Amino acid sequence: MDQISQLLLVATVFLGFALLGSSSMSGCVNLLALQGYCLSVLPFFLHHEEHSARAVLLAAGMAFLKGWLVPRILLHAIREVRIAREVEPLVGYVPSLLIGVVIVGLSVVLGQRLPLPPGNHSGLLVPISLATMMMGLFLTVSRLKALTQVIGYLVFENGIYLFGLLVFRETPWLLEMGILLDVFAAVFILGIVIQHISRQFDSIHTDKLTQLKE
Amino acid sequence: MNLTLTALCAHLSALLVLPPLLLGIIAKTKAAFGGRKGPPLLQLYYDLFKLLGKGAVYSRTTTWMFRLGPVLSLATALLAGLLAPLVGAAPLSFPGDAVFFAYLLGLGRFVTAAAALDAGSSFEGMGASREVAFASFAEPALILAVAALAGATGSLSLGAMFSGALWRSFGAGIVLVGGALFLVMLAENSRIPVDDPATHLELTMIHEVMVLDHGGPDLAFILYGASVRLLVWSSLLVRLALPDAPGPYGWAAWGAGVAVVGVLIGAVESSMARARLVHVPQFLVVAICAAAFAVMLSLR
Repeated sequence: MDQISQLLLVATVFLGFALLGSSSMSGCVNLLALQGYCLSVLPFFLHHEEHSARAVLLAAGMAFLKGWLVPRILLHAIREVRIAREVEPLVGYVPSLLIGVVIVGLSVVLGQRLPLPPGNHSGLLVPISLATMMMGLFLTVSRLKALTQVIGYLVFENGIYLFGLLVFRETPWLLEMGILLDVFAAVFILGIVIQHISRQFDSIHTDKLTQLKE
Repeated sequence: MNLTLTALCAHLSALLVLPPLLLGIIAKTKAAFGGRKGPPLLQLYYDLFKLLGKGAVYSRTTTWMFRLGPVLSLATALLAGLLAPLVGAAPLSFPGDAVFFAYLLGLGRFVTAAAALDAGSSFEGMGASREVAFASFAEPALILAVAALAGATGSLSLGAMFSGALWRSFGAGIVLVGGALFLVMLAENSRIPVDDPATHLELTMIHEVMVLDHGGPDLAFILYGASVRLLVWSSLLVRLALPDAPGPYGWAAWGAGVAVVGVLIGAVESSMARARLVHVPQFLVVAICAAAFAVMLSLR
């Protein structure tokens, strides 16, 4: 059980690396969906004594939203907005990957120093949640298009979800549903916004938004 | 060094006889994917015999380096094969042999590149430059992968690292190291997506262009050495995952594992196109990332 949860966590980071190095827009969305599926089944293997209805519901909701619905919306946005399929990073792919390695190293160090609530959690969970968060933030700032920034935000949110798993038992039931709903609403709104930006300016480059005038 | 005579014989015969068969398996897999019949399974053996019966032609611009290249690259490949665990434990083993193994592969590459430069052809110089440039990305990945295994096992010997005994304590790391080593294997043995062994267009060739001027027995040595290197690499991958079992069952499991690696390489080659040259470093940096992550896991 512990082995499987470790594999899933490593797969999460590896998908993060793949996102940093991937140049195709729809490829990025597919990787994000895969990461969502990985995270959705993780609670079963992390807290193996719990197969409560709550865990099952959370996993199902996570898989539905992160694995199916959100990627579907993003792919739809890519199709509708008819943007170029290239990601257009500010930082090149190879430097991004190397920065990813630095991020993982940093979060391993950080994860060891963080005072945490006692509990039976895998030693990998904290470093990997930190790494996923930082990778998401890095993706958000280093990619030009609004859509890739949404992807970065979602990766960041995946990291927060992982961190939330730490206190899975202590948190009230409403919290995680709240997070999921938040993200759903955010992506929904961002999808609409992106479509409007592209209709107005014929492009979704965030660069052009800096030149807006009244 | 408590090695029985049968185990030694098995190791040597696997190392000396089997390599061309692995390339035959890859060719058959690619043919099956393409819906063709493909060359016979033993085609490389026929090629080698044909080449060994031929004479060699040497250009007047070449020196002794050109003749040394093929011999030394085959010798380093065979020596690396003695260090790596094949059907059983490696006949030669000492603490730190993993580093020696990496250097042997590097030496083999160096002499091939030097011999290519010695031919005085601009195309071969281009190929040598590319080969060495990509190797500078492949080697850190190999060393990091070995470092991760060394950290997990606490041993610096290839035999202990690649014993398949780590699944329980280091499962996630094994997956990462295996992935990194598979990518490095594709690069080191000039397979798709790094290099296309079937192409003969000078602009895109990497490894093949370096051996254009070799002929006859020299070419046979190079082809045979390349196949030995591929067998050693795939054996490392098999030994990483499969625990060592003595006796015929272990040998059969090893053979099946190597065949599976061959089929896997064939499947990768059939389903991907060769990457653009600028994308190759990116591909290898992914291997470096995976290996570096494995090192962090092993140190934690």
